[in-house]
Amino acid sequence: MTQQRRSTTKMVPFPSHSIVPERDVDKLPVLEARHLGIEFGGLKAVEDFNLTIGKTEIAGLIGPNGAGKTTVFNLLTKVYQPTSGTIMINGKDTAGMNTVQANKLGVARTFQNIRLFGNMSVEDNVRIGLHNQVPYGMFSGIFRLPRYWKQEKKQHERALELLSIFGMQDMASAKAGSLPYGAQRRLEIVRALATNPSLLLLDEPAAGMNPHETEELMDSIIAIRDQFQIAVMLIEHDMKLVMGICEGICVLNYGRVIAKGTAEEIQKNPTVIEAYLGRRKEDAQ
Amino acid sequence: MTLFLSYLINGISLGSIYAIIALGYTMVYGIARMLNFAHGDVIMVGAYICFCATQYLGLPAVVGVLVAMVACTALGVTIERLAYRPLRQAASLAVLITAIGMSYLLQNLALLIWGPNPKSFASVVSIGSISLFDGALLISGETIVTVLANIVIMVALTQFTGRTKMGKAMRAVSEDRGAAELMGINVNHTIALTFAIGSALAAIAGALLCSSYPTLQPTTGSMPGIKAFTAAVFGGIGSIPGAMIGGVLLGVIEILGRAYVSTELGDAFVFAVLIVVLLVKPTGLLGKKVSEKV
Amino acid sequence: MKLKRSTVNNLIAYGIVIVAFVICQSMISAGAMSRSLRGQLVPICVYIVMAVSLNLTVGISGELSLGHAGFMSVGAFSGIVAATWMESAFAMENDVVRLLLAMVVGGVFAGIAGVIIGVPVLRLRGDYLAIVTLAFGEIIRNVLNCVYISVDAGRVYFAFNSPQLPGKLVINGPAGATGVSRISTFVIGFVLILFTLFVVLNLINSRSGRAIMACRDSRIAAESVGINITKYRMMAFVTSAVLAGMAGALYGLNYSTVTAAKFDFNTSILVLVFVVLGGIGNIWGSIIAATLLTVLPELLRGFSDYRMLVYAVVLILVMLVTNSPMMRAFFARVLPHKRGEEGKGGEAA
Repeated sequence: MTQQRRSTTKMVPFPSHSIVPERDVDKLPVLEARHLGIEFGGLKAVEDFNLTIGKTEIAGLIGPNGAGKTTVFNLLTKVYQPTSGTIMINGKDTAGMNTVQANKLGVARTFQNIRLFGNMSVEDNVRIGLHNQVPYGMFSGIFRLPRYWKQEKKQHERALELLSIFGMQDMASAKAGSLPYGAQRRLEIVRALATNPSLLLLDEPAAGMNPHETEELMDSIIAIRDQFQIAVMLIEHDMKLVMGICEGICVLNYGRVIAKGTAEEIQKNPTVIEAYLGRRKEDAQ
Repeated sequence: MTLFLSYLINGISLGSIYAIIALGYTMVYGIARMLNFAHGDVIMVGAYICFCATQYLGLPAVVGVLVAMVACTALGVTIERLAYRPLRQAASLAVLITAIGMSYLLQNLALLIWGPNPKSFASVVSIGSISLFDGALLISGETIVTVLANIVIMVALTQFTGRTKMGKAMRAVSEDRGAAELMGINVNHTIALTFAIGSALAAIAGALLCSSYPTLQPTTGSMPGIKAFTAAVFGGIGSIPGAMIGGVLLGVIEILGRAYVSTELGDAFVFAVLIVVLLVKPTGLLGKKVSEKV
Repeated sequence: MKLKRSTVNNLIAYGIVIVAFVICQSMISAGAMSRSLRGQLVPICVYIVMAVSLNLTVGISGELSLGHAGFMSVGAFSGIVAATWMESAFAMENDVVRLLLAMVVGGVFAGIAGVIIGVPVLRLRGDYLAIVTLAFGEIIRNVLNCVYISVDAGRVYFAFNSPQLPGKLVINGPAGATGVSRISTFVIGFVLILFTLFVVLNLINSRSGRAIMACRDSRIAAESVGINITKYRMMAFVTSAVLAGMAGALYGLNYSTVTAAKFDFNTSILVLVFVVLGGIGNIWGSIIAATLLTVLPELLRGFSDYRMLVYAVVLILVMLVTNSPMMRAFFARVLPHKRGEEGKGGEAA
């Protein structure tokens, strides 16, 4: 599983037995999840999940199908309320918050099965992402007060600026639902970025992309991190992408963290290999 | 006290009719995930056919009901095939609007065929009424037959869905349509069968409804239809015993509300029940929870 | 200069209304309009406003409301009471001002009803939401049948289930509003349509409107980008109710007698037919559908027996054509140049 590395970050211990990139060690971590767990009618989907993500870290969450990765995203974005444990975003406890509040606190996400506003234009999708960033009220909107024109102009400019990250500014007036698959995934990322997050959660961003598109995506994710100085956490099955850009990696199996560490550590970890490939017969006995 | 008892009995009788109608809603909703708005109008068609069979052809009442059942079964299956099946993958808004259109179509066809003047429906029940407490409390033959029919249908359907192969297929489709298809169950046939059963029951309900409330006109079915849907939601959509409990409770609430609070507000009570149930316990008394996967 | 598609659609909507108004006015002054058609002008305006406002709920917000006539009735009755009260309290003679104020009152009361109903209703979705709006529509009608309101020397008296009130009874339980002064005019109706278009179209093309459509397209995605979906669904629902209330006041003050039975489920469905036929989410389509379907039955005598039957068939066919994959493929072959447009209604759903 050795891959060409694009990042040579040195990982250092963090006070809470977690690791973060060396450059983030003095800064408040963007995410601290402690003993996080959720049960669905007795089934423990996620159990005792602990994770710290540094302010500008690119983190990976991997594991076999059904390991509970998307459930972790749903917990972090408060789609589900955890049955145990705490989630701190930028040092603030999110207990009792809903998805909207979590987003306002800085968590934005994309979806494994794309959830764009398919009937609307690409630009409108991004503008919806800018909803809380460039606000004005219903009254200004209906009666076209000066604030409407000013904020609409700002939204338009900001939307094009964000779309240009992926070179999509020329598609601004196309219908979002008619875009090719890869472009839809990229548009979801732009929409999430528009909410000005400090933690960007990407659920299988490379799914359905060809190797060339995946290469470009890897560069874009790093560029986004550098430009916006935010943390990115991604779920991905494409190990080339995960091992190529993720600094800290967390491996889930049956709802539990079975390994955490850098790409090198994860690749050598026997528990991880076993979870992915199964145990050899003679080892089992 | 006997007055209260007679209201209660009227309520149970009306509620039993709601329960039989509600079965059609609850089974269709459970299996096809659609609100068959036209169900109430199938009841009306059933009542008209029964009326024609007994009045014009001079057939005995039981045969009239059987003819109505056959006709309604054919009608229900045809509606499903022509209007609903093409929309199996469509948004629920489109399906509901189609069903509303179907309801209007049936009402207006009935208006053209049978005219706007109400028909006086002769009761299909021939047994006499029972008199209790020296005649202070009268239980009509219609009430007895309605309640008995309700119980028989309920037991038969529970046995059917629980024991037979077709019944198990229905439960499988309502649980997970995709998985049922993979197991070799013909989903289209199963849904058609559900419509057939629901429509046959609607014919029985139509005959019983018009035996107790003998004015038959093209709009006869719409209000009981909506109330029966309320009963289905009340009992928990998809649940057969739920439809029975919901129907009977709703009938009692309606009759007692009309008797003791206000005649004008009788329907409002029923709808208030619907709203309260949906807000407090949207799954109804015996329903189970379904949540959207993210 | 290339105009945005939404701008073009808005201009079409305003254009249709203004051109139609000019034609009607010149026909009236030339004496070329029949009496029966002249009598239809205000109802047409009312139904256009009803259809456009329902389209805001059904097409833009994506909730099927089956109780729109309920808001219309609240607007009609409160508007009638307001108009009578203004006459009695201030001896207000100016009918135009009285009508405009009555419409505002009707809108406000329907808006309040919209908030009261919206709070529980908008916790639901899909079929359940539809059936509960139907239930509320029926409850409003039932309750209005028990309401008695009288105006005496500039004061309004209210009673439930009892007609024993001082002064002149304005709302008389099941008999409805009687002896209403007919002050509605076509010009005011035209102004109300323009106002409705202004509110609805500007709302759609603003931040709030995009948020409303986001909630329609994907609730979960809308929440994930920080949109409070309850707030925006409520905004659409209440705005729609306010406009329906204003239309109701205009309607109520166009007849000398108005009963609650007039605003039953059938009226709600009639308005829904306008919306579906004009294209769900298509505002100018609603305007044309409402106009044609109100005028045609009047023009085609003998058609009125089949009117509802035809509407029902049309409703089903439109849904099948726009939503069934088989029919769509068929139309794509028959009309190759109209690619994509066919499914407009369905997609908005």
